[in-house]
Amino acid sequence: MSAALPDALVTQSLRKLGAVSVFFWRMLIQCGPALARPRLIVDQIYNAGARSLVIIMLSGLFVGMVLALQGFDLLQRFGSEEALGTATALALLKELSPVITALLFAGRAGTSLTSEIGLMRATDQLTAMKMMAVDPLRYVAAPRFLGGVVAMPFLAAVFSIVGLLGAHLVGVKLMGVDRGSFWSQMQSSVDLKDVVEGVVKSAVFGVACSLIAVYEGYHSEPTAAGVGLATTRTVVASSVLILLLDYVLTAFFI
Amino acid sequence: MRDNNRALEIGTGLFVLLGFAALLFLTTQLPANGLKLTGYRKGYTVSASFENVGDLKTGSPVTMAGVRIGVVQLIRFNPKDYKAVVTMRLEPQFDQIPDDSFASIQTQGLLGGKYIGISAGGSDTYLKNGSDIEQTQSAIVLESLINKFFAGYASKGEETKK
Repeated sequence: MSAALPDALVTQSLRKLGAVSVFFWRMLIQCGPALARPRLIVDQIYNAGARSLVIIMLSGLFVGMVLALQGFDLLQRFGSEEALGTATALALLKELSPVITALLFAGRAGTSLTSEIGLMRATDQLTAMKMMAVDPLRYVAAPRFLGGVVAMPFLAAVFSIVGLLGAHLVGVKLMGVDRGSFWSQMQSSVDLKDVVEGVVKSAVFGVACSLIAVYEGYHSEPTAAGVGLATTRTVVASSVLILLLDYVLTAFFI
Repeated sequence: MRDNNRALEIGTGLFVLLGFAALLFLTTQLPANGLKLTGYRKGYTVSASFENVGDLKTGSPVTMAGVRIGVVQLIRFNPKDYKAVVTMRLEPQFDQIPDDSFASIQTQGLLGGKYIGISAGGSDTYLKNGSDIEQTQSAIVLESLINKFFAGYASKGEETKK
């Protein structure tokens, strides 16, 4: 028993990894045909992206504000408050906006994807589609996946902009950092590479979050409790994977 | 249903537009070496040779009396005299800078970035496109200052020549 338990765990994790990979591959094949129905994808971009905009902007504003507050307090000790623009811009662009956007996305859009598809599974809608020779991967899974992938970099970019405004608000208006040096130091020290790093990160997170959300929904137990469990798994798995991928990607870029 | 669709499409369109606008701002406006869409060809360029440019970067400001009048466009190494050649693009309205002006590399604050400060000379002829600034002063590298200080300090103690 004591030896069998870790064995079972390893086998189970491997099996799950394999199942997700196979599902990912099968869905990617269906993404091409799904592009022929842009209507479905537009619906999903609206659901995952446009409807997450308010929460993203609100969070971005406060993250930018607190970043400026903490950054100012720290930089003041070294007498270099002018570096505040650089510090907040780099922190937002490279790290905080992709990660926090992805975490919020997992909570806001990922859960709704999982529970929606899970409920379709529980009410046999997916089986009914198969009966009518309609591939649910093509008409349910792929558009939702693509919608999430498209929405994420846009959301992260909006997060960055609003965050910078928040930092400006606290740093310049409240703390009295010089406006000119705030923005000019930011501009002279932010590299195009830093912006690209953020965009690549958020695109990868978009793929990861959407894949997990769709997979969990698609494979949830067809019961009320099963859908609930699948939704929980989506949030937990997405959050952990985001942070893990973030480390790997950062190491890759540096 | 019709109205519902319309709202959805407008919402998605706005979202995508906003996302694109944000990405565009981040890639073109924020980084100094970003993809500039306008204003790249404006103004005129002058160059100056420095012994040491420190961590001056492309996009660093060029100022006169503390006012920004242009940016550093290009920094390259001249293998003939082992100096760094800095090409600056100055804005077109500042076209009355004497051609014997003095360019020096300075630092914003203690940890701040480097910038080029130009102080006016007394000549009647002005800098124009492609002209050189002859008188320059290099970046002050803090480590070499400290080195010099300690070298002088040590030699004084041992009463030997540096």
